[in-house]
Amino acid sequence: MRNIWTIAKREYNHYFISPIAYVVAFIILFTEGIYFTYIISFYSQQALFGGMQAPDITPINWLFVFLLVFTTPAITMRSLSDEARTGTLELLLTAPIRDYELIIGKWLGGLLFVLTILAVTLVYAIIMNSLVTPGIDQQLMISSYLGVILAAAALLALGVGISAIFTNQIAAFFATFGLFFILWFMMGIFGNLVQGSGAQVFQYLNISAHFSDALNTGSIKLSDLVYFLSLIALGLFTGTTAVEIRRWR
Amino acid sequence: MIQVNGLTKDYGARRAIDNLTFDAEQGEIVGFLGPNGAGKTTTMRILTGYMPPSDGTATVAGYDIMEESLEVRRRVGYLPETVPLYNDMTALEYLKFMAELRHIPDTEERAYETLEGVNLTERANSYISTFSKGMRQRMGLAQALIHRPEVLILDEPTIGLDPAQVVEMRKVIREIGKDRTVLLSTHILSEAQQICDRVLIINKGKIVTEDTPENLQSRLVGAQRVILRVRGDSDGLSGKVSKVKGVRAVESKPDGSVEFEFGAGEDARPQVAKTIIQAGYELLEMRAVGLSLEEIFLELTRDNAPGKKSS
Ligand SMILES: Nc1ncnc2c1ncn2[C@@H]1O[C@H](COP(=O)(O)OP(=O)(O)OP(=O)(O)O)[C@@H](O)[C@H]1O
Ligand SMILES: [Mg+2]
Repeated sequence: MRNIWTIAKREYNHYFISPIAYVVAFIILFTEGIYFTYIISFYSQQALFGGMQAPDITPINWLFVFLLVFTTPAITMRSLSDEARTGTLELLLTAPIRDYELIIGKWLGGLLFVLTILAVTLVYAIIMNSLVTPGIDQQLMISSYLGVILAAAALLALGVGISAIFTNQIAAFFATFGLFFILWFMMGIFGNLVQGSGAQVFQYLNISAHFSDALNTGSIKLSDLVYFLSLIALGLFTGTTAVEIRRWR
Repeated sequence: MIQVNGLTKDYGARRAIDNLTFDAEQGEIVGFLGPNGAGKTTTMRILTGYMPPSDGTATVAGYDIMEESLEVRRRVGYLPETVPLYNDMTALEYLKFMAELRHIPDTEERAYETLEGVNLTERANSYISTFSKGMRQRMGLAQALIHRPEVLILDEPTIGLDPAQVVEMRKVIREIGKDRTVLLSTHILSEAQQICDRVLIINKGKIVTEDTPENLQSRLVGAQRVILRVRGDSDGLSGKVSKVKGVRAVESKPDGSVEFEFGAGEDARPQVAKTIIQAGYELLEMRAVGLSLEEIFLELTRDNAPGKKSS
């Protein structure tokens, strides 16, 4: 546990000197800011004309995860591949820590970075809460944020896992992005193309189906939680195995 | 402290080290001497738990490298060949990170102590990216020393340093080696002779010979390659030289000079000089050049080498 925390802290701090991390944070916060302003003005106009619908936080959170699909590969690409390239991996692999502690630490550091950005977007929820009487739907908000955190954790775990396979960070980026593209965009398309149990498989693998159509609509179901936890486990397992294979080569 | 038994490593079809067996006692500095590709780094990587061997066993500080890898890693300090530094950290941050990974209670105090040991105290708060090659090498050593390990494994610790820093580094290593076991690798025979209590010569994955520096020295003494130059025409010179007793490997160079070797303990130079002057050549130069590492292996493994003759 202690080793995981040491690695995670180092990883987290590293993001604050990394230009890519700042670009990612900027893209997410800037886009969200514009979208938020648009939503608020839209609903206030509606209200002027007697519209009864109250805004909620879910479109903002959907956008957050949507942007993560594109930006997570950039966040995780250098996580382990850079250590392998510069030779510092030799330091970590001969230090008294287990391979899984290294991978979990790397993942946790990345997750804390994304959660830091997410924490900034809480401002939108707070503003929205103050504009709406009697306040925004609490249960929906909790479910939505749980969804964002789980989705971010799953994407980061897969990204770190893939980064452990490659020595070249550009290769890690494209492999990660390719996987996310398939999981987010292609699964729904495949699901529509085929019928029967095949469609169900595609639908089950679709990240969007477990976030946009589930947690982000206020329904907390065990199957969705299991889906994200499985992705996290898969990513961390891939990373640990990749490090082990590196040793045996 | 280090016991290696039949260690073998294959990279695919290539055998990098072949059935190595050796040991190192507490308080002993053992030198691993060998040319490029001999298998020094491979051996060290196996002993530090970076990768498993294909065959054979080893124990370090009493723990099996495969079964108790973490225990081994806790007790070993390792300076890899490519010094593993984080350029975005300051010297102090880096050492504190390493100390934390090693569960050292007061990381800051230990980091300062260790920096002092490698003479980098004034640069504690400089970024590692601003360090010179020599400072980076010393940073790498500091990292290996941070947990006061029982066993130190240093892969070419003096490579790329200027002569003054080489001397400094050797002094630091000798100081450390007083009460700890040190295994270090090098290409340089004289370095191994200066620092080490015992030298293992390794070539193509096999131990060629193993001896104390004094014994190695006596086996090598006098074994040298000599360049010979005469005024004017040097026709027939090499023929004359090769007839002298003790001379071998005579070669005529395109520039008219002649090179030859003589074995340990049979300095043929006076006789060569006498011979060519009597033959009427005007001797301009007779200069000894050091043997290359490859030639030293040949020399040390010759059947008639004096070191073996006596046995
Ligand atoms: N990762 C690797 N994959 C394949 N072959 C390797 C690998 N590392 C080393 N080798 C091979 O193993 C042999 C021993 O290499 P090693 O790096 O141990 O030599 P060395 O004695 O450290 O050499 P140097 O003095 O150049 O550092 C060489 O033939 C090398 O080509
Ligand atoms: Mg080497």
